[in-house]
Amino acid sequence: MNIQSLKALHSYLWTLPKSKDEARAEILLYGSQPLLASMDDKVLEQIANVAALPGLVGTAMTMPDAHWGYGFPIGGVAAFDAEQGGIISAGGVGFDISCGIRCLRSNLKLADAAPLLQRLADRLFATIPAGVGEEGNIHLNPQQLDQVLTGGAQWAVKQGYGNPADLEFIEENGRAGGAVPDNVSELAKKRQRGEMGTLGSGNHYLEVQVVEKIYDQPIAQAFGLQEGQLVISIHCGSRGLGHQIGTDYLIMLAKAANRLGIRLPDRELACAPIKSPEGQRYLGAMNAAINCALANRQILTHLTRETFNEIFPQAVLETLFDVSHNTCKEETHEVDGKPRVLHVHRKGATRAFGPGHPRLPQRYRDVGQPVIIGGSMGTGSYILAGTRSNPAFASCSHGAGRAMSRNQALKQWQGKTLIQELLQQGILIRTRSMRGAAEEAPGAYKDVDVVAEVTEQAGLARRVALLRPKVCIKG
Amino acid sequence: MSSSYFEHDADIGIIGRGLTIEQSFEAAAHAVFAVITNIEAIKPQTAVVIEFEEADLELALVIWLNQILGKSRELGMVFGHFYIHRQDDHWHGKVLGEPWRDGLERGVEVKGATLTMLSVKQIGPIWESRCVVDV
Repeated sequence: MNIQSLKALHSYLWTLPKSKDEARAEILLYGSQPLLASMDDKVLEQIANVAALPGLVGTAMTMPDAHWGYGFPIGGVAAFDAEQGGIISAGGVGFDISCGIRCLRSNLKLADAAPLLQRLADRLFATIPAGVGEEGNIHLNPQQLDQVLTGGAQWAVKQGYGNPADLEFIEENGRAGGAVPDNVSELAKKRQRGEMGTLGSGNHYLEVQVVEKIYDQPIAQAFGLQEGQLVISIHCGSRGLGHQIGTDYLIMLAKAANRLGIRLPDRELACAPIKSPEGQRYLGAMNAAINCALANRQILTHLTRETFNEIFPQAVLETLFDVSHNTCKEETHEVDGKPRVLHVHRKGATRAFGPGHPRLPQRYRDVGQPVIIGGSMGTGSYILAGTRSNPAFASCSHGAGRAMSRNQALKQWQGKTLIQELLQQGILIRTRSMRGAAEEAPGAYKDVDVVAEVTEQAGLARRVALLRPKVCIKG
Repeated sequence: MSSSYFEHDADIGIIGRGLTIEQSFEAAAHAVFAVITNIEAIKPQTAVVIEFEEADLELALVIWLNQILGKSRELGMVFGHFYIHRQDDHWHGKVLGEPWRDGLERGVEVKGATLTMLSVKQIGPIWESRCVVDV
């Protein structure tokens, strides 16, 4: 990104000054100078387009891990007021609706579990459906799928996948209200029938990680984390159903834009007023996809527990938290000293409620929401905590972000060699796709340590713990 | 007819080229499934029909690719041969392939085609169709 066009407000916050003829709101970019410089210029173009959408409240923002996305940049955050003509955008949510990370804390220590990690890796690889062409063991009829789309993780728990205690630590207690299965196309539903309880491919993973470093002891204690402990992170989303909903509504809303009086600088910003019939239809479908993703991660949590208990009968895996990345959620935020009900789009960004927020579970009410920044399979991930002073509608970074394209990564790494190198570093990779492994090479990602540190410096969240991968199941 | 790729930060840009719009769509589908597996190894055992109505050429490309990907997931199949014909706004396609089996290379799952960098245009005698696909 050409940062000459930006103005620094402080070391970790930048803005793009408006030209005289630009009719848009202010833009804020969170990040350090090197992180911003490493971003594609498309990020600026895309967030400037977002800032021109109707009913935007405050500023359009990018997080420190932003990169070129679809309509919205990945790492884009924007809030809209339905009462002031605010819109909901399918591009502002993205294709993998409610893609997110479920983090489980275990009662196991790496030192005790290490001799059995190879067996654990093999068994997880055998029991977690992952990768292209892999189906799960759950095949739903149309009525059952509709129940998933309205029930989310609560449906999954009722079917015996996991514990009721999990639900307290999932956003919206595991179920998004307002889901309307009838607003989801038949093609989207057909795509999902064999995909419940599957991990997917690309950057999705299941990792067994060790807590390597604690940054904030009191919060770590509240989160139940200590050094040497094993935790599990499951990164996946709403699979084929979510993508098909995204496509269906992008096309429908793009065609409707003229009729709705919305000028679209990029068709992938396709949107509709929240209160319009089109906006309400998309909201109903998007909430159904959120429930699909929450149910999917709940099923994978159950499969993970079963596999752990085969090898470690004494293992107890509790849900630390479950965060979603690609969503639009109705939330109350204080704007100019007054509470306002807003629809907050987070495209490749994580909600990060600070201490005292009423929507946090009691266990975390005093310390803030656990936030997970996922890294690559060879580096690490971070657990952070939301801050009371977060200035970005309680949002923060969601991952390391790619430093190079998949094609570039393929030219630079070979899957088999990479897996061997990671093994020498004590990281066990299991995948059916050597191409996928090469594309996901740690070197293809930005430095997650920098993203997490800058996220903290920018006041978006505070670091609590660093997790290092020990086993990674990739699609 | 030829397929190739272009750069995108997080996903993959696909390009299909041919002497007609239809050929460029077929080549674009070839580019998508060459990401998913070694397309040369796919046997044309089963044919699946794809039909839709769309006046906008660019949106038709997205619908074409997503209908194939949807059928791939619905039927647990992978495709290697693609044919499409247009009459006015009606598109009639046929794709051939086989169920996933051991021995087929597992590449990267393509979740769907997007409207990003989407274009269908004629460059000299060649039609070129391109978009970014989400992986």
